[in-house]
Amino acid sequence: MIGETLTLKVAAACAISPSLRHLRLVAADGSKLPPAAAGAHLQLVLNGAARTHRNAYSLISRPGARDAYEIIVRRVPASRGGSAFIHEQLKVGDVLEAGWPGNLFAPVRTARRHLMIAGGIGITPFLSYLADFAFGGADYALHLCCREDEQHVFDPWLAGKSSVSVHWDADGHRLDIPALLAAQPVGSHLYVCGPAAMNDEVLELAAAAGWPASHVHCEHFGSALSGGEAFRAFLAKSGVEVSVGEDESLLEAIERIGVKASCLCRGGACGVCVTPLLDGEADHRDHYLSAAEREAGRLILPCVSRARSGRLVLDL
Amino acid sequence: MSIAFKPEETFRGDYSYRNSDAAVLRFPFPFPEDRYMYSVNIEPHVRSGPSDVFLRPFDVDEHYIAECRDKAITLERDPGRCQVLPHMMMAQWDTLELLMENLSADYPEQFSLIKEGDDFGSRWTWINRPLGIEQSFIFGNAETLPCEPFEYITRQAQGDFAICDQRDDNLFMDAGMVTSQADWSLEFDVGMSFMEWHGPVPLAHQTGVFERALKYLLMLRLGQPVRRLNWTMSINPRLDTSPESYPEWGPDRASVTPDNAGQKVHLRVELQTLWRLPRSNAILFPIRCYLASLEDLARVPKWGARLHRVLSSLPPQLVEYKGLTRYLPAALEWLAQHDDGRELPVGTEPGITTLGPR
Repeated sequence: MIGETLTLKVAAACAISPSLRHLRLVAADGSKLPPAAAGAHLQLVLNGAARTHRNAYSLISRPGARDAYEIIVRRVPASRGGSAFIHEQLKVGDVLEAGWPGNLFAPVRTARRHLMIAGGIGITPFLSYLADFAFGGADYALHLCCREDEQHVFDPWLAGKSSVSVHWDADGHRLDIPALLAAQPVGSHLYVCGPAAMNDEVLELAAAAGWPASHVHCEHFGSALSGGEAFRAFLAKSGVEVSVGEDESLLEAIERIGVKASCLCRGGACGVCVTPLLDGEADHRDHYLSAAEREAGRLILPCVSRARSGRLVLDL
Repeated sequence: MSIAFKPEETFRGDYSYRNSDAAVLRFPFPFPEDRYMYSVNIEPHVRSGPSDVFLRPFDVDEHYIAECRDKAITLERDPGRCQVLPHMMMAQWDTLELLMENLSADYPEQFSLIKEGDDFGSRWTWINRPLGIEQSFIFGNAETLPCEPFEYITRQAQGDFAICDQRDDNLFMDAGMVTSQADWSLEFDVGMSFMEWHGPVPLAHQTGVFERALKYLLMLRLGQPVRRLNWTMSINPRLDTSPESYPEWGPDRASVTPDNAGQKVHLRVELQTLWRLPRSNAILFPIRCYLASLEDLARVPKWGARLHRVLSSLPPQLVEYKGLTRYLPAALEWLAQHDDGRELPVGTEPGITTLGPR
């Protein structure tokens, strides 16, 4: 079980509401997929008209499934292009590149009880939680807050699951979050995934109700995205300039043009790739440089760090 | 690939453990340079490297059968060497699947895994030919195995295993099978956080090694395992150098002389790998131990000379922490005859393909 990228084929695609599309993805070569955990996401490479998008979507397939990955994608009105591509262009049989599943929102295994609050499409990570909790016999409750006309959209994944409540914006149907948070037993963990305003509200209410931060977990839409703004870097010793794309690291861009750079972990920890920064302001994302070194601004780890603005000049 | 196992050799009592010439040449020698210091020496665990032990993610060698038997003896005497906290059941199945899939794919002559499905609830049949085991069970149902899944599979694997649960931006050692450890105790460490169990290590805390390593490991990705080598030394080829059994091996340190150091003193190298587990999101930490006597190592001229230089220049705090104080002078005296002072190439490769006579 070693690998980085997957080639997937769309095995099924259907609209489950006017703005939601369900995709079933299988390995293009018919092989088995790596199993994934509850809360995992899949980063898809979407070749849109203007540019390539790398969007992350929560896996709703049951944890450990190896025959197919399933995701639900909402068409975002202000789409950067990824969700529009999935809704308008992607069809059964199409082949997509993807990364191996990642996970930034796994359930806490020591929790005595799992309380999940979802806003609309934010239910997706919790669909895999439910399958996981069914295996382990965990105590849980899921509260879905959505539009009234979408209250049954997720029924196929909720069938037979107890402790699921659906709420919408009408008298008698709203979720009383403070009352819910006040009623949980000691040892409960709270998970929230929804629009930013809802996440913030739940996090504030939990803090106000005395929940310890270690027991409150939030996944922001799009938080799994890597990369950032494109920028340019000039490699002073080599005398070449390179453009670093939105979806590649500075190190990858340096390697792409054939300049040799030392590296080891490629994750900002080992410090092997640390490079003198001759000019420009870095957006430091590593775990290696000290606060003082960052302040001095003369070093950068190209495996993870980027330009805060404009152009970087590296002694490479 | 056929492996010439040595089922009769022992890691205690008469210590009949020996390395074949091939085992010496593939030893994962850990010193690329003449001096040693702690670093975050983590790199991707790819199927290549300066030694053959890196060719497969879980290395099986000529000592497999004897090592599994030694593990069984240790567990019989002290069942607490295997401990799993209750919330780790998903991680137990992850470990069993990872080991069975890799071993059966990489060593088809020795191991087979027949699956009727991939999901929990599927019937699997596991065949381990070197140990003479055939077991049919339901994946996901611990009652269909003779013991819990983590203990079941790690009894059939060389080396120690810990599983770290990830929560609260930290790692917790919430499961372990630890029978060949370099003087640390699972009984003591189980349930500890990353900084707690690394507490006793000297010098490295001050340089921030552990903060960086923890942050890096929290981001470890599925499908992209990493590895590092760690090392210490042992007197006699003994796997069970635990605090619990200290009276059985501690006094051996006083038995080393410049005359017998070549046979008695062993370099103990741990190939440590780290794997994100797929269903539990925990991290599996296998610690695969390799032992070679100074005599073995000195048959590779580069290694004998390099080891002499590394041990000569070791910071005193490391000498003490690794427990070398008592016998280091004798080991250095023995090694000195193999170091003519010439410049040695950087790197850990042996630099030769066949060994001279013993």
